[in-house]
Amino acid sequence: MKGFDQTQRGTLRRVLGYIRPYAWLVALSLLLAALTVALTLYFPILTGDAIDCILAPGQVDFASVAKIAARMAVVVALTSLAQWLLSLCNNHIAYGTVRGLRDAAFAHIERLPLKYLDAHAHGELVSRVIADADQFSEGLLMGFTQLFTGVITILGTLAFMFSLNWQIALVVVLVTPVSLFVAAFIAKRTYAMFKLQSETRGEQTALIEEMAGNQKVVQAFGQERNLLGRFDEINERLSKASLRAIFFSSITNPATRFVNGLVYAAVGVAGAFSAIAGGITVGGLSCFLSYANQYTKPFNEISGVVTELQNALACAARVFELIDAPAETPDAPDAQTLSDVRGDVTLSHVDFSYDPARPLIENLSVAAKHGQRVAIVGPTGCGKTTLINLLMRFYDVDGGTIQVDGHDVRKLTRKSLRTSYGMVLQDTWLKAGTIRENIAMGRPDATQEEIVAAAKASHADAFIRRLPEGYDTYITEDGGMLSQGQKQLLCIARVMLCLPPMLILDEATSSIDTRTELKIQEAFARMMQGRTSFIVAHRLSTIREADVILVMKDGHIIEQGNHETLLAQGGFYAELYNSQFDPS
Amino acid sequence: MKRLLCYMKGYGKESVLGPLFKLLEASFELLVPLVMAAIIDTGVANGDRGYILRMGGVLLLLGFVGLAASITAQYFSAKAAVGFAGRLRHALFEKVESLSFSQLDALGASTVITRMTSDINQVQTGVNLALRLLLRSPFIVFGAMVMAFTVDAKSALVFVGVIPLLALVVFGVMLWTIPQYRRVQAGLDGVLGKTRETLSGARVLRAFAREDAEIAAFEEKNAALTRMQRFVGRVSALMNPLTYALINLAVLVLLNTGALQVDAGHITQGELVALVNYMSQILVELIKLANLIITITRALASANRVAAVLDLPSGNAAMEEAQSAAPKPVPGAPAVAFEGVGLAYDNAGAESLSDISFRAEPGETIGVIGGTGAGKSSLVNLIPGFYAATRGHVRIFGTDVQDWPAAALRAAVGVVPQKAVLFKGTIGENLRWGCSDAPDGALWDALARAQAKDFVEQKEGGLEAPVEQNGRNFSGGQRQRLTIARALVRKPAILILDDSASALDYATDAKLRHAIRAMEGGPTVFLVSQRAASIRHADKIIVLDDGRIAGIGTHAQLLAGCPVYQEIYDSQFPREKHAGAPAGKEA
Repeated sequence: MKGFDQTQRGTLRRVLGYIRPYAWLVALSLLLAALTVALTLYFPILTGDAIDCILAPGQVDFASVAKIAARMAVVVALTSLAQWLLSLCNNHIAYGTVRGLRDAAFAHIERLPLKYLDAHAHGELVSRVIADADQFSEGLLMGFTQLFTGVITILGTLAFMFSLNWQIALVVVLVTPVSLFVAAFIAKRTYAMFKLQSETRGEQTALIEEMAGNQKVVQAFGQERNLLGRFDEINERLSKASLRAIFFSSITNPATRFVNGLVYAAVGVAGAFSAIAGGITVGGLSCFLSYANQYTKPFNEISGVVTELQNALACAARVFELIDAPAETPDAPDAQTLSDVRGDVTLSHVDFSYDPARPLIENLSVAAKHGQRVAIVGPTGCGKTTLINLLMRFYDVDGGTIQVDGHDVRKLTRKSLRTSYGMVLQDTWLKAGTIRENIAMGRPDATQEEIVAAAKASHADAFIRRLPEGYDTYITEDGGMLSQGQKQLLCIARVMLCLPPMLILDEATSSIDTRTELKIQEAFARMMQGRTSFIVAHRLSTIREADVILVMKDGHIIEQGNHETLLAQGGFYAELYNSQFDPS
Repeated sequence: MKRLLCYMKGYGKESVLGPLFKLLEASFELLVPLVMAAIIDTGVANGDRGYILRMGGVLLLLGFVGLAASITAQYFSAKAAVGFAGRLRHALFEKVESLSFSQLDALGASTVITRMTSDINQVQTGVNLALRLLLRSPFIVFGAMVMAFTVDAKSALVFVGVIPLLALVVFGVMLWTIPQYRRVQAGLDGVLGKTRETLSGARVLRAFAREDAEIAAFEEKNAALTRMQRFVGRVSALMNPLTYALINLAVLVLLNTGALQVDAGHITQGELVALVNYMSQILVELIKLANLIITITRALASANRVAAVLDLPSGNAAMEEAQSAAPKPVPGAPAVAFEGVGLAYDNAGAESLSDISFRAEPGETIGVIGGTGAGKSSLVNLIPGFYAATRGHVRIFGTDVQDWPAAALRAAVGVVPQKAVLFKGTIGENLRWGCSDAPDGALWDALARAQAKDFVEQKEGGLEAPVEQNGRNFSGGQRQRLTIARALVRKPAILILDDSASALDYATDAKLRHAIRAMEGGPTVFLVSQRAASIRHADKIIVLDDGRIAGIGTHAQLLAGCPVYQEIYDSQFPREKHAGAPAGKEA
């Protein structure tokens, strides 16, 4: 197809793959479209014929009029039915295709490595699955049918017109393109204006976002008038830009309507001349006039359709880009399932970085024995969270190995490895659903008693009971009305219910006040009994009970030992610890 | 919508002229079939080529005049719509600036943003289209009917019959589908929510190996959405075939009655053609009208959302009052005094603060400590009048907060909020929020006290260094120190640090506290913190527990007599045995 480059053609082929299941419907749809157009074009001819039977007083052929009328009724019924079936076909194809595309995209997201998810803004990925998929189905399929019906309407009209009277047909053919030029001319001129409008709008939205998000600070510093002034300045410019863009673009309709009027007048005059010469009847003229009206319409539509198709292909390409992104390397065919975990975790000579240009973890070796508590401390950005990413195999190491009970984690199924860890993160993520569903996330078949027991152990039971519907209270995406601390308690309960053989606690109690934390610590202590646990914490009070403390800085372990030995060393840890007791 | 009409003022001329010119254009359009009829009946019948050419000229003229009228109409409507939207945005922005904190809490930032952007754009489009088409479409529909009557009353009855039927179909289908589309939208929102959730929760979901369950849940939602879309599609697809059938059946009837009328000599052949033409004009306009009504319904919904915000009473007095001076301090009065204060937030059942009474003398440092949700922020937010006490009195230098002019009160109280927020601009511009005419020296002094001088000096441009939106080109700790400096620039009499040093390490935190204490004029400082270490040296520590005061006193006094404070302290310093704590609870 002209106007599409190589990559777009590739995309087009992929698109056809998604439409293939509907091949029969597509064929039917094309057939119905052709039928609809033919019948629609036939109707004005019948009208013309009827008019020709109604000449003047006493010159009316009632029998023929009745016969034509009967035929018209049949044509109308058939056209309407074909039109409706055509819409049904198209709806079925469009909605079905977009559904298939979305299912494929979502399933692929679940297989994508976290590296990809971390590197892409979530809003942007969501818009690929939702908005782009929609644009694709509407733009491509609707655009395609419009293009198809448009083209056959034009061709059919031309054929009918030329068969009726070629001179008048020629007049129509010559005048119509003017409307295309006018539309294209205006579109080109207004492009810059629309661009300016959307830029100014973006500038204003940025100010609004800044202001709306931080209105309390604005008021605390009495900056209301000042901001309003800045807003008004942008608003003024926006109004100017909008007026130009809207006005100039709104000339398109009257202008094309004017060109249609030209065509109409030309057909009227040419037709009338031809009628005098006997080349055409009055009925034929009326038929021509109605063709002249509908002939220009598909032209205007088609000029829009090409942009729409381009846009749809671009949207499709964005969705395919997501679907084509390399998935996590699948579990090796001989991957073992980790079971009866003891919890000996060994990292030997591990290298890892997110960005090859900026090395992060280099030659890291740690051995955690069954049942040990390993605390990881260090300043922000030292690689604590990265270590968790590697343990959970959210990311794979660049060099060295990580072993659990002597198995290289790359030779284990991800599922068995990950479910062997219980993970509580600082980022308290909950899913939309009831409290019960959230606690039972790891074990959907857990009984009510088990769920309540887990909630009690994590001190969440008390506040859950105070909620309007207790354990059946529905919480919106990401917790909604719950406080940060309450959400954290639920995350802890979630892990308490599964009690996996190893634990990862990343700032697990950072949002809980220290008194409640103290109580949870008891529960944690019970849970950690006999389980290898990795603990990241800011509060040194949480850390000092650990068997091994790893002090990390810039991706390296700079000190290793327990609280007493590290304090005695008088190094980085000691400095960190003592700063809490700053004698001011 | 009525509420918003006042913003149309000043555009009265435009909003009358716009539709008027549009009607002018429509009238010319309605004349076209009559001219055509004349061409057929006079021109063709008499073989008068000159007449035909003249009439062709008339058609051209009608087209030109119509074009001119229409472009004029577009200009006036665009001007009125854009001007209206501009004023509305200004009014809405001003209104948001004048809302109180509790109103802002209830509204939420994302609401404000959508109302001010997409909702107002929607209203603008609605007004523009309404001015252009709302009168035009019905005018053409009924105009065509009236014109038909001028041609032949008996044939025109077909129009009288078919127009209501068409209206029934068009509006019936529309009325049925609009609420259905809302359900489809809800289904789409569900699919969208699921996608967002699986992205934001990727780590947790994978940790629990829930990928397959997520896929199944998504597919179920997606299938339900598709079913709904197809169902609604089936009905809305009826509109075009039905209207097509109605119009063309009407043409059929028209031809049959026309045959009789022509035979009886009541109308000519050309007039019959004109009648058929009028019929097809109606269809086009009715469809336009239906689309217009959908747009206007949406615009009205948006307009109501905008109006709802505009209707809120202005709770932020600072926007309303003229600049007025601070009240004279009452001699000997404490800097801040709470007398039996209670605070209940809107829509909250229970009080968040109850029976709070304390005094803070000028120059004192007051520590505020307590668990999450104990009411620490609520307490300090009452001092600059961000929220109004629902019980009792808050007095600043002896005058009730309610009686302070809001602007003067905010100038006297410097607040460093929990969330460190900076604005797009330069460092200097951000700091001058505190005091617009502060010299550079004063800014550097504030930066030094806030322990921010070092890194600002290292930035290229120093005070002129750019700050990106939300200050995202600074680290959390740097942002906190800059927001502290911003509050110090105003040299406030009362300074509130609401857990605003949490990202600082203990050593920097300590230096900061010393520097503030050493400020000239000695502000009264409120330090809110979770860390016992940060507040233990305060002159007075207020211990909050579940919205009530659990103890007030110095570190030593509280450690001796306040069990809540002991617990907090023990949880952070378990090993250090506090001297002189007779009944220290076991940790």
